[in-house]
Amino acid sequence: MITAGMDLGAKLIKVVIVSDGKVIARVKKTSGFEQDVSASEAMKEALEQAGVTADEVDRIVATGAGRNFAPFAHDRLTEVGAAARGAIARLPEARTVIDVGAEEGRAILITPEGRVKDFAVNEKCAAGAGTFTEAMARALEVPLEELGALSLTSDKAVPMNAQCVVFAESEVVSLLHARTSKRDIARAVHDAIASRIVSMARRVSIKPEVVLIGGMAFNVGFVESLKRTLEMEVHIPEEPDYVPAEGAAWAAYDKVAGKAAVDVQE
Amino acid sequence: MTQEYWRWKEYNWHDEKIDPRAGKSISAGCDVGSVSSQAAIMVDGQLYAYSNMRTGSDSPNSAMDAMNWALEDTVLKIEDLHYVVGTGYGRVNVPFAHRAITEIACHARGANFMYGSSVRTILDMGGQDCKAIRCDDRGKVTNFLMNDKCAAGTGRGMEVFADLLQISIEDVGEMSFQVDKEPEPVSSTCVVFAKSEAAGLLRSGWPKNLVLAAYCSAMSHRVFTLLERLGVEKEFAITGGIAKNVGVVHRLEDELGMKSLKSDYDTQIAGALGAALFAKALYEKQQAGK
Repeated sequence: MITAGMDLGAKLIKVVIVSDGKVIARVKKTSGFEQDVSASEAMKEALEQAGVTADEVDRIVATGAGRNFAPFAHDRLTEVGAAARGAIARLPEARTVIDVGAEEGRAILITPEGRVKDFAVNEKCAAGAGTFTEAMARALEVPLEELGALSLTSDKAVPMNAQCVVFAESEVVSLLHARTSKRDIARAVHDAIASRIVSMARRVSIKPEVVLIGGMAFNVGFVESLKRTLEMEVHIPEEPDYVPAEGAAWAAYDKVAGKAAVDVQE
Repeated sequence: MTQEYWRWKEYNWHDEKIDPRAGKSISAGCDVGSVSSQAAIMVDGQLYAYSNMRTGSDSPNSAMDAMNWALEDTVLKIEDLHYVVGTGYGRVNVPFAHRAITEIACHARGANFMYGSSVRTILDMGGQDCKAIRCDDRGKVTNFLMNDKCAAGTGRGMEVFADLLQISIEDVGEMSFQVDKEPEPVSSTCVVFAKSEAAGLLRSGWPKNLVLAAYCSAMSHRVFTLLERLGVEKEFAITGGIAKNVGVVHRLEDELGMKSLKSDYDTQIAGALGAALFAKALYEKQQAGK
């Protein structure tokens, strides 16, 4: 049996192909102006990589913000559902998925089958999302990619009073004026996001094991702050950005196998 | 140098017709806010001088600068002030103050003086916070609600937008009315997301005026919900920097179905003025006790 999952995000499209219980292809492409064209291209590449033809694919499930516009998809799955199913495929012991992207943060409580039990989303405020680090890196005049590593060199917890990104930018400037070191400020920034994410996650309760996905999983400074705030181990799957696309592929797999662990919409 | 669109004018003023030396009480208030600082000096309960400037990186210096600027070109020196009350978020860091009083109390007191005793609801739209205050006929606070966690609905949020659109902050209000039809408000609450939304609108061909209209209307709606939660009782007045932005004020008045009171006093000095009024009362009490 061969199934595919597509994750159509605002910036990137990912396609994963699963065959007989194993991932056999992964492709990432920028969404561009015509998302459906890029999606078709990504699917074509993935099929080539897997060495299979389109006819051999039994079922395709789409997820992500653009899931309703996905070509070829048989079913659709929410981002939360895809993250849950993908996380359990990577780590069967996973019970909480924390997904922090550029503009959204989510905490998802999942069952051993990869079903969503409960979840919380922050989509109103940039303070609990990746954008926060972008703004702070700018205020600190540190390249964004270096902010995480820089914060690891700090051994001091400097409190940040501001919750709002706009106010935090002024606070960072004040901290710099007060001669606080950039590394301590970098840590304070990651601690602040972690604390917001954790308080959101506590609303749905946090059960081990915890899996972190989304762009912020690549930020070592944030990962460290999250572990410290949670007082728990945090697992980062290898290539965390593929987890939702993989979840979609597994949801398709479940459906064909008649297991239907995850509710997909036809 | 690149133009700083968010920058508003700083100024000082004093009344030549008043001879402070003849006054029995010279009281002053100093409001050190997160974005701007004001000092107000009163002679026998009449406004004599004031200043308004941007807060620097530390509160004591900002307080000192604001007070010195208010005193500039007057016959007074800082030692001549009988009693000084500090207010605002930096109120405990006003080195020359005899006492600190919260800005909520000071704004209500100041608004009572500026707009008269009929004021029952005050919306103070400051640099980094927004407060809805209810008060009695003597300017005493009876209830209040405040948002100080989020830049949406604050002056700082408007500064960010002025910068993004490259429109001087003082022109934002007027320009936001130069539209044929009122657009839908910007849908994002968060200023950071609203900025991306606005950038998208500009890219899709919206003129700047229309984007400003959409943002002014979003801000007015945001503070409207705060006022609704508190309950608005007539008369209603707006203090703080955004009170000078007609784009927000008119839209809020429309949404409330109520006009706000107007005053000849500068809306940004309400806190400092209230502090100076408290200072006067405290000074008189002190003199009576002697």
